[in-house]
Amino acid sequence: MAIYAARRMLASVPILLLAVTAVFFAFQVIPGDPAQLFVGPDASQETVEAVRRELGLDRPVYVRYLEYLRRLLRGNLGLSITTRLPVTVELGSRFINTIKLAVSSIVLATVIGVLLGTVAAVKQGTMVDHVATVVALMGISIPVFWLGLLMMYLFSVQLRLLPSAGNDTWRHYFMPALSLATFSLAFIARMTRSSLLEVIRQDYVRTARAKGVPELFVVARHALRNALLPVVIIVGLRFGYMLGGAVVTEEVFAWPGMGRLLVTAVGQRDIPLIQGALLVFAASFVVVNMVVDLLYGYLDPQIRYQ
Amino acid sequence: MSRTLRSLWRLHRLAVIGAGVVLLFVLTGVAAPWIVPHDPNQVNVRAALRRPGGEHLLGTDSIGRDLLSRVIFGARVSLYISASAVGFGMAVGVTLGMLAAYYQRLDAPVMRFMDMLLAFPGIIVALTIISVLGRGVENLIVAIAIVQVPQFARLAYGLTLGVKSRTFVEAAVATGASDWLILGRHILPNCLAPIVVQVSLLIPGAITTAASLSFLGLGVPPPTAEWGAMLQNSLQWSRLAPHVMVIPGLALMLVVFGFNVFGDGLRDALDPRLRQVRATAPSGARPAAAGSPAGT
Repeated sequence: MAIYAARRMLASVPILLLAVTAVFFAFQVIPGDPAQLFVGPDASQETVEAVRRELGLDRPVYVRYLEYLRRLLRGNLGLSITTRLPVTVELGSRFINTIKLAVSSIVLATVIGVLLGTVAAVKQGTMVDHVATVVALMGISIPVFWLGLLMMYLFSVQLRLLPSAGNDTWRHYFMPALSLATFSLAFIARMTRSSLLEVIRQDYVRTARAKGVPELFVVARHALRNALLPVVIIVGLRFGYMLGGAVVTEEVFAWPGMGRLLVTAVGQRDIPLIQGALLVFAASFVVVNMVVDLLYGYLDPQIRYQ
Repeated sequence: MSRTLRSLWRLHRLAVIGAGVVLLFVLTGVAAPWIVPHDPNQVNVRAALRRPGGEHLLGTDSIGRDLLSRVIFGARVSLYISASAVGFGMAVGVTLGMLAAYYQRLDAPVMRFMDMLLAFPGIIVALTIISVLGRGVENLIVAIAIVQVPQFARLAYGLTLGVKSRTFVEAAVATGASDWLILGRHILPNCLAPIVVQVSLLIPGAITTAASLSFLGLGVPPPTAEWGAMLQNSLQWSRLAPHVMVIPGLALMLVVFGFNVFGDGLRDALDPRLRQVRATAPSGARPAAAGSPAGT
């Protein structure tokens, strides 16, 4: 297991390096002069030239690439063009907010999703099952930002129950977490249902029933344990996407996270900030993926590490 | 014929509804210029924020443009963007995936690059590309197409690996057929069904991504009638005229829902194995749908 874990960790290094390379070179082809962008449109030609030298933009691209890698290894992501603060400072607090939102969403999605999927599977073919299936389908189809807008209209504008923007109190979490959770919730519910239906027909479940184990225990102890294995992967993957993909939700609810920062940075063409945010996304996704793989191996003894 | 239709309905009720919605969406999109009751960009400030009913069946927006006409034109914009983006994405992705599986020396460079793209959520990839290329409909299509590429590449890669070792391919190699002939005439036709299913499953994601980016102000620029942009525009008027916010979202959700259930049905019909693989996928074979949802 330890060897597998180490190898799995090593295997993610090339992916990360590739991501760093792509993020670096993608912004080399960008139209416009980065030095001009840095100093603003009113600066004199001399200033632009000075900044170009200072940023090292007068050197060939591969030199700058190596320099970029060296800086990254020291944890230096450069300066934001708009605020002139180190990108790491800009990202730090935002990333924590994004993690908070993602954790609340994934917990919500997993608990409700597994519950919904289990009920639907146990009551297969009944009204409850049909309702749960349709709810799940709606959840997969509803656009996140529209759901957010509707909730905001209902709970903030009409009922005045919940605050519509920011992240100061626990009441600020309800709507963003639910919006962000909906797709995953529905997806987890569908996955749980189909997985449980497969498991529930197996011999060992019949044996458990035959020896008189109460139905609740049959489902919870015998069937769910195996049925949830594929669900673990989905939960992990969805969490990885939530860390990076909460762009729209954060924008709708003015949540000061990474996604919102990225949208602003793209709007202002703040390239160092965009690059920094992208690298954090890639790194967190790779880490989450790795944890999911290891967890899966730990949970499923049928998988042998070779 | 009617008996076939009836049994189709009984067995796949949702899929048939989905097919109906998809058909309606495509027809509306294609025929939009001829069926709109008003010019979708005709401003009439005196008729602003009308409620549904009367001359404007679905009401008007904040500067008096007819909502029904804008929703209809929105279908056209959505259809154009999603179909071109998924089409390009499929062409490039399938080609790359097949080549990577067929020529061993292309395998690692191509597929690792695809893995890297998959390490970012789709909307982030699209945002990045737009930040490089700039705003606009064409750039939006390119951005969303690139998001689709790794999905198709992975699928085509797996399928080609499976087909490559079959006897009829060996026979073709033995008869001296060129690589292009083998790939195009022998391997591709055997990969088509899952690729078609993949198209129907990725289109709703492409539609949502396009709408999300337009909602963020980074997609289709105004005044084009695009559902996401319409929703952005409705924000400040939601208190006065909630229908302006409800209607475009409803259209968007209906279309995505239609494609989702239609795609599910198509998958069951064309590729029953895929469903099994997805339901019990171990860590190696990730369910594609987990990667495709956009706009979270």
